[in-house]
Amino acid sequence: MADLRIKFAGIESPNPFWLASAPPTNSGYQVQRAFEAGWGGVVWKTLGEPVLNVSSRYAAIHRGGQRVLGFNNIELISDRPLEDNLREIAETKKRFPHNTLIVSLMVQPKREAWHEIVKAVEAVGVDGLELNFGCPHGMAERGMGSASGQQPDMVRQQTEWVKEVAQTPVIVKLTPNITDIRFTARAARQGGADAVSMINTINSLMGVDLDSWLPYPHVDGKGAHGGYCGPAVKPIALNMVAECARDSRIALPISGMGGISNWQDAVEFLLMGAGSLQVCTAAMHHGFRIVEDMKDGLNHYLDQKGLPSVMDLVGKSVATYSDWGDLNLNYKVVARINNDTCINCNKCYISCEDTSHQCIDRVREPDTGRELLVVREDDCVGCNLCSIVCPVDGTIQMVEIPTEKQPQSWNQLQSGVK
Amino acid sequence: MSLQDNFKEVVPALKPKEAVDEANRCLFCYDAPCVQACPTGINIPSFIKKITTDNLLGSALTILDSNPLGASCARVCPTSELCEGACVLNGPAASKAIQIGLLQRHATDWAMENTKPNTALFKTADPNGKKIAIVGAGPAGLSAARDLARLGYLVTVYEAKPRAGGLNAYGIVSFRLPEDVVAWEVEQIEALGVQFCFETKIGEDVSAQDLLDNHDSVILAAGMGYVPALNIEGEDLQGVLDAVQFVEDTKTKPLTNHLLGKKVAVIGAGNTAIDAATCSTRLGADNVKILYRRTVAEMTAYEFEYEFAKNDGVEFRWLVAPTRILGENGRVTGLQLIRMELGEPDERGRRRPREVAGSEFTLELDFVIKAIGQTRQTHLIDAFQLQHEHGIPLVESGTYRTSQPNVFAIGDFIFKTGKTDAMVVTAVQQGKDAAVAVHTQLTSQKVQS
Repeated sequence: MADLRIKFAGIESPNPFWLASAPPTNSGYQVQRAFEAGWGGVVWKTLGEPVLNVSSRYAAIHRGGQRVLGFNNIELISDRPLEDNLREIAETKKRFPHNTLIVSLMVQPKREAWHEIVKAVEAVGVDGLELNFGCPHGMAERGMGSASGQQPDMVRQQTEWVKEVAQTPVIVKLTPNITDIRFTARAARQGGADAVSMINTINSLMGVDLDSWLPYPHVDGKGAHGGYCGPAVKPIALNMVAECARDSRIALPISGMGGISNWQDAVEFLLMGAGSLQVCTAAMHHGFRIVEDMKDGLNHYLDQKGLPSVMDLVGKSVATYSDWGDLNLNYKVVARINNDTCINCNKCYISCEDTSHQCIDRVREPDTGRELLVVREDDCVGCNLCSIVCPVDGTIQMVEIPTEKQPQSWNQLQSGVK
Repeated sequence: MSLQDNFKEVVPALKPKEAVDEANRCLFCYDAPCVQACPTGINIPSFIKKITTDNLLGSALTILDSNPLGASCARVCPTSELCEGACVLNGPAASKAIQIGLLQRHATDWAMENTKPNTALFKTADPNGKKIAIVGAGPAGLSAARDLARLGYLVTVYEAKPRAGGLNAYGIVSFRLPEDVVAWEVEQIEALGVQFCFETKIGEDVSAQDLLDNHDSVILAAGMGYVPALNIEGEDLQGVLDAVQFVEDTKTKPLTNHLLGKKVAVIGAGNTAIDAATCSTRLGADNVKILYRRTVAEMTAYEFEYEFAKNDGVEFRWLVAPTRILGENGRVTGLQLIRMELGEPDERGRRRPREVAGSEFTLELDFVIKAIGQTRQTHLIDAFQLQHEHGIPLVESGTYRTSQPNVFAIGDFIFKTGKTDAMVVTAVQQGKDAAVAVHTQLTSQKVQS
């Protein structure tokens, strides 16, 4: 059994799986249920001035029989009185002293407001703070959330204000609704942040009701953009984590989130530099019990890889994530189809023929009359499309073709020109 | 359970979510083998794709465009030998075939439930002034009628029975193909302006010459008749039934319990024999036996029909042939049989059965149902003076044109025993092909003149 314990920006946690600040962490009751289910930590739903919420507030996309590929919400920060939250935080920490309890905060961009809430929250005994500069809806119109998070200077300034009084580690949660997330991550570092977390939700319009012509979700005849999350956003989140992880000007622990739904997603985030993992949509879809497989799967994976600790995974793939200009132009792969397992659905053929490089032939085997799909390797550019659309795993392999040429990247080519 | 319940459709429809889940499993193959395996060439991946997007009207139209009897075929096609048998998901590297038949039923059921009465799902072309006579309102005739009507022809269908549907209406047991499905498909064809003359026999009520004189083309789709005689003693006893007539009665007359507690033997082991046997069990017969002079290997019934009959409690006795029907007071009391053994293969490669001398034995029975094939409509061959071979009209390959100009023949009327399966779906395709041939012939004549 591998050691799943982590230490993240000085915060210890029995495992890397935390519930993200969101509806699942809205109350002591919920958080205690989560800890009982095995979650290592939680980030308590954002505290600030209690707000009024609307009804309805969630929407989702389902596709190909799979429900909740993507999810969005127009819910705001906690709508419960601050005193209730603080009392329940204290009770929860007392009952579960070994679980990580971080509290998310959002207030007006004013120094006093930040000082006041940081002191109040730390007084009840928390393990850390997360500053919510990400919420894209509702709070942004009031100058908070992503309205702050989209301005690196404001992120830096407010982080500074928090650090003036904070006794516990400060995590700055970033919005993806920005051209380059590294700029705000760097600003957080300049402001003295102990860590960053990403991603918050992405601006989205989930869909339109085909009968009523109203957006999803809608409130009495109108809708508004909401925050997008769930499995569909994972590639976007993973890219942002990786970009920040390889940026020497950030050099902060990263709490990764965005579509993490199982232990495999978790491993990918860890490999790309996340030191802790936050989960929300998967828990909203299936309940807290999903953490059992997440921990179990991660454990078996680590054992299989012969790694004693989950910390051994963190950042191991970061160096493999580079710029296009650094990729070897002389590396070549081609598709090769295993006709023993090919079921002749011809999906590779038609996708190559219609939309790629027309390099798959349908050939009749002389002896059996059976139709075989054969790649003309000279014409194959190794784009992967055929192997992606093939429904039988492992039937289309991308095979490396040795070339005489030395590895050379676009950047190397350019430097040679100059 | 009442008798009526016993004759309700046996196979349950897919539940709505089940249908979408199943449709989502379809790979949407390119040049899909299921399409190639469908005699009517339904674009199966397309209609299944449309189920996944809740485009059920589009799905049903995709099916019905290629097969006007798509709702019936969804129920009666031997799918495991056709589309589902060809599905790429069969086999060790994949999973299991898509349930294409049930998905087809799901889409066409939707169309049935959501089509307003007397509204055609397809449109007709402007009338072209040409008249076509079709003899027989079974699957082949209906199919030809539908496609010709869509091309703008004035089509009249002459049918000896009081309603349309042919085999589907009279010959396929209700618990496999409910009457309302057949009625809906006929209604769809009527809504295109096709006219039906029921209870009209060619050669009795209308002469062949009348048809030829008053139409630009004639399509003969008269199907087959009833079961031929066994030519053994006792065949005229009360309780000796014709399987085709027997099945027909369960579909056209109120169900009665005259078989309740009785012992029934069905002679023959084709699909009609199975139907007669399962109808008997469902009418309450105490014991039903299928008697066949060959073995299970030579049986012509589909595998799923065989399984179905066994599940219904039908007994099978192989290698026995009837020699005499026994009776008392004019009623069947038993059957004398002789054991058979298999000898040399016949022209179809099936080993010929021969009697085992001295092996006669008798069974006590209340009913003997004959299911040893069907007679042919030879009077039409004579009436139209068609060239034929052993009572089967000769037709041109692909066009179904007979030896007479402007006379075409399709469906079971030209079915050659053993050559292919006499399936509803092949009859439908022949109807389509004949419609194209008629259209080609009439339009090219027009160009020439």
